[in-house]
Parts: sequence; C-alpha cells; structure tokens
Amino acid sequence: MNVVHKQDLKIFIACAVLYAVIQGLICLEIIDPFWELNIVMICINIILAVSLNLINGYTGQFSIGHAGFMAVGAYMGAVVTMMWEYPFALGIVLATVAAGVLGALIGLPTLRLNGDYLCIATLGLGEIIRICILNIEYVGGASGLMGIPRETTFTNVFWIMIVIVFFIKNFKNSAYGRCCLAIRENEIAADTMGINTTKYKVMAFTLGAAFAGTAGCMFSHYFFIAHPASFTFMRSFDVLTMVVLGGLGSMTGSIVGAMLLTFLSAALSDFPEWRMIIYSITMIVLMLYRPQGLFGNEELSKEMFGRLLGKGK
Amino acid sequence: MAEKLLEVKNVSIVFGGLRAVSDLKMYIDKGELVGLIGPNGAGKTTAFNMITGVYTPTEGEIYFDGEKSSGKKSYQVTQMGMARTFQNIRLFADLSVIDNVKIAYNMHVSYGLGNAILRDKKYLAEEEVITDKAMDLLKIFHLEDLAQEKAKNLPYGQQRRLEIARALATEPKFLLLDEPAAGMNPQETHELMEMIRWIREKFNLTILLIEHDMSLVMGVCERIYVLEYGMLIAQGTPEEIKHNRRVIEAYLGEEVMN
Repeated sequence: MNVVHKQDLKIFIACAVLYAVIQGLICLEIIDPFWELNIVMICINIILAVSLNLINGYTGQFSIGHAGFMAVGAYMGAVVTMMWEYPFALGIVLATVAAGVLGALIGLPTLRLNGDYLCIATLGLGEIIRICILNIEYVGGASGLMGIPRETTFTNVFWIMIVIVFFIKNFKNSAYGRCCLAIRENEIAADTMGINTTKYKVMAFTLGAAFAGTAGCMFSHYFFIAHPASFTFMRSFDVLTMVVLGGLGSMTGSIVGAMLLTFLSAALSDFPEWRMIIYSITMIVLMLYRPQGLFGNEELSKEMFGRLLGKGK
Repeated sequence: MAEKLLEVKNVSIVFGGLRAVSDLKMYIDKGELVGLIGPNGAGKTTAFNMITGVYTPTEGEIYFDGEKSSGKKSYQVTQMGMARTFQNIRLFADLSVIDNVKIAYNMHVSYGLGNAILRDKKYLAEEEVITDKAMDLLKIFHLEDLAQEKAKNLPYGQQRRLEIARALATEPKFLLLDEPAAGMNPQETHELMEMIRWIREKFNLTILLIEHDMSLVMGVCERIYVLEYGMLIAQGTPEEIKHNRRVIEAYLGEEVMN
C-alpha cells in the first residue's frame, strides 16, 4: 500500500472512531434528541458548505444560489420515496442527479458571467427555483410536502458526508481540481495553458449543485417536510457564511465553519433575538482580524484534518 | 527549403475605429528564432494575441502547422502546440510553484474523473509521472528548491523563469515570449539570452519573441519583423534591420547607429 492510500486510511479510521463515539453516546442517551438533531444538521451543513466551496472557493465562481439546488434535491427525494414509494437510496441518487442536471443546465449560460453578475444571476436562479416549486401543486405548492418518511439517521448522513468530503478532496488533488484552481487564480492564463475554462467551470458547478441536492434530500427526510420557506436565499447566505468564515478555498475551513455556525445557532436557540446579533458580531470580528477566513485558503495537515472532524461534535 | 510552422496571411484587427494591426504578413519556419519589435503601441502584443487565439482577427487567416488556427479558442490553439508567456506576468499566484507547472500538463492527462476520485493505480501512476516531469522542468530553471513556495512569493526574475517553465510544460512546438526580459538587469538579460538559445535546442522549439531590449533581440534572433502603427515596416536578419533606414527613423534612433 502506498502513502496516499495510507493517509486516506488513517483519516477513514479517525472518522470511524468518531462515528462510533457519537453513535454510542446517542444510544446511551447522553446526547439528547435536541443535540442529535443538531449533529445531523451539522452533517448536512458540512455537505452544503464543502460543495459550495468547490464552486466558490476552488473554482472562484461566486455562486449564491445553493438553496435552490438543495430544494430540488429535497423535493425530488421526497417525491421518489413518498409518492413513488421507492427506497430511500434511490431517492438520494435521483435527488443528486436531478440537482446536478439542473446545475449543468443553469451553469452553461450563467457561467459566462463573472464576479458580481454571476452572483446576481445565481441569487435570482435560486429564487426562481423556489418560486417554481411554490407553484407546483403536485408537490404541495405553498403548503409544502408533508409526511415524508424519516429515513435520515445519524449513521447514513454521517457516512454520506464522509463520502462527499473524500470525493471533493480527491477531485481537488487531481488534474481536474488543478484546472479549477487555475481558473480561480487567472482565467486568461488558464486558457493559454490549454484548459477549456467553460468545461471546468460547469463541471465544478454541476458537482456542487449535485451535492447540494444530496444534502437537500437528507434534510427533507429528517424533518418530515419539504417546504419552500426552508429554501429561501437566507439559507444560501447561511452556507456562504460558513464557507467564508472557514476561508474560501479551504475544505477544512468549510467543515469547521459549518460546525461552528450550526453549533452557535443551536447553542443560542433559547435566545433567538441574540442569535443574529452574535452572528453578525462574529462576522465583523472576522472581517476585521481575519478577512481571509479562519483558514485562508490553506488546508490543515491530514492528521490535523482527522482531528478537526472530531471537534465540535 | 524549411517547412513553415506559422503563417500569418494578411491579418488585420479593428477595435472600434482603431486599426490596431493592419495587413500583417509573417511566416516562421520550423526551428527558427524570430523577433518582433516596434515602438510602444505598435501592435506587437495584439499580433501575439491574435496568433495565440486570444483575439480573432477581423480579416485574414493564420495557419499553424498546416492547420488554420485563427478563429479557434485560445485553449484549442494551445492544444495545437503553441505556448506563450505574458508581458505582465500571469502566474497562478496563490498556488505553489510546482502546481503552476503541473497545471500546464493537464492536456496530457488521460485518467478520468472516476480514476481521480477513487485514486486508483492509473491516477497514482500518472500523477507521479506529472510530478517528476514538473520537477525536472523546475530543475532546468533552478527553481526546484522553491517547489512548495507560493508563486507570488518569488522574486521577479524567478517569476519570469517560472512562467517560461510553465509554458514549456504544455509541451509545445512553438513558444511565444512576450517581453521576457522586461524589468531585468543586463546580467539577467544575458543569462536569459543563453537560456532561450538553450531551451530551443533542448526542446526542439520554434520561438517568436517580442522584446524592447535591443541587445537581446540582436543577439539571439535570426530574423526580425518590425511593426510600427500596426504595419509591418521591415523584416530581415539583425544586420539588415540595423541598417534599414525606415527602422532607424521609426524606432531604433541612435542606439544602433553608433
């Protein structure tokens, strides 16, 4: 076995240990249902944050329509399991594919835009998706889709999260990921290196959207309900905040950002009026003292990475 | 009779009302080292951008290695075997020196997305080859000790060298250097001259370079084209250019006369 696989195996073992510990605590009811819910939310938010980081952080295409793709996944999954009565696994796959296909369709025209323009376009598209869903009677319209079976457990959401994190990590460390990073750094130079910039931008966007769909599917199958109000642009901003807090372009950053903010909002759930204040103070302090985010665009070393996954859970 | 690698046929480009390059005719044989000179704003970089596909000419056609290259996108032109550097350095500033070079190998990567995600044998084997090749290139340019350093932290001269290394990593037949000696002192310029000659032999390249530094152009180029106000006003060997009246009037002034 070579070094690369050995490192992966170490992280994997660390994850398995972490899983065993948390699952054990849940079984022994040391972690109460409220915190179990938040641990599941942390996993879902990590999926959202790392997938958005693939688009915003690695490829440098500023997208803020992530909630739209999450909504597509949430509804698609619910339709598959609840209405068509297929197994949950198929629901996850179809939710992922549906969000990915939509991501590709939207990405092709919008990724010609840059910077602020792309931002506005994706923001608008996220809302368009939500409003479309709001008007489809088949999926419940404005009252949402209720009675979705609770299929998401800590076990499946945790392992799906691990798979996605590994997927994106390996993507980044391949020639594909390098092309995305090159586009972020200097699009003209990337072009003259023989990189088809449109292709890689759409690829990153599609993958990011697809994983947002996965997260959406896990989300709707945990909370019994898929409601358009859960997928407003505020959720896109939440995810963006996690990514920026952790540091654009750092996967460990996204993971820590997701854990930190989910944990914070859970801890402050008794003081809802304080939540937004503390949230914004956190952001202001960050902007003043660490504008590049907690991790900048650096990754922690592999060993630290595994340890960090353990923190906050 | 040598084979023509690049042929620029009556190419013009118009930006709004400005005719930046007008009726440009050029050819470059395989293995030649050609210079393109002219006063500021003469249209040298515009000509470069047309050859490399950044701009599409308004009129005329460009042929590269027997195939039409004008109208193709920049990345497709690179895939045909052309590589370039930029007048204002465009490195991937936040990435490591070695990653800058590795990115340029992307066209030669044959593993798929699946291989990359699963990190199977094919991926590992190819990544190793790419890393080795990139390291070899860095060694040639004396950058191997800085491989893990961020590109933006390198001093200016090394950034220039890294840009050439990166261009070579695309494994081109034809290399275009846009003012490679800009901002270098005479000593560095001299070293650069040696290096350009050397990489041409080593990599079996054809080179076109834009330069302001006359000692460099006259020292290494075999043939020179002179542009002024977007028009070609002269071409020939360095000796011929030195004694061409129009060139002297337009550009060289007294520097070469003495």
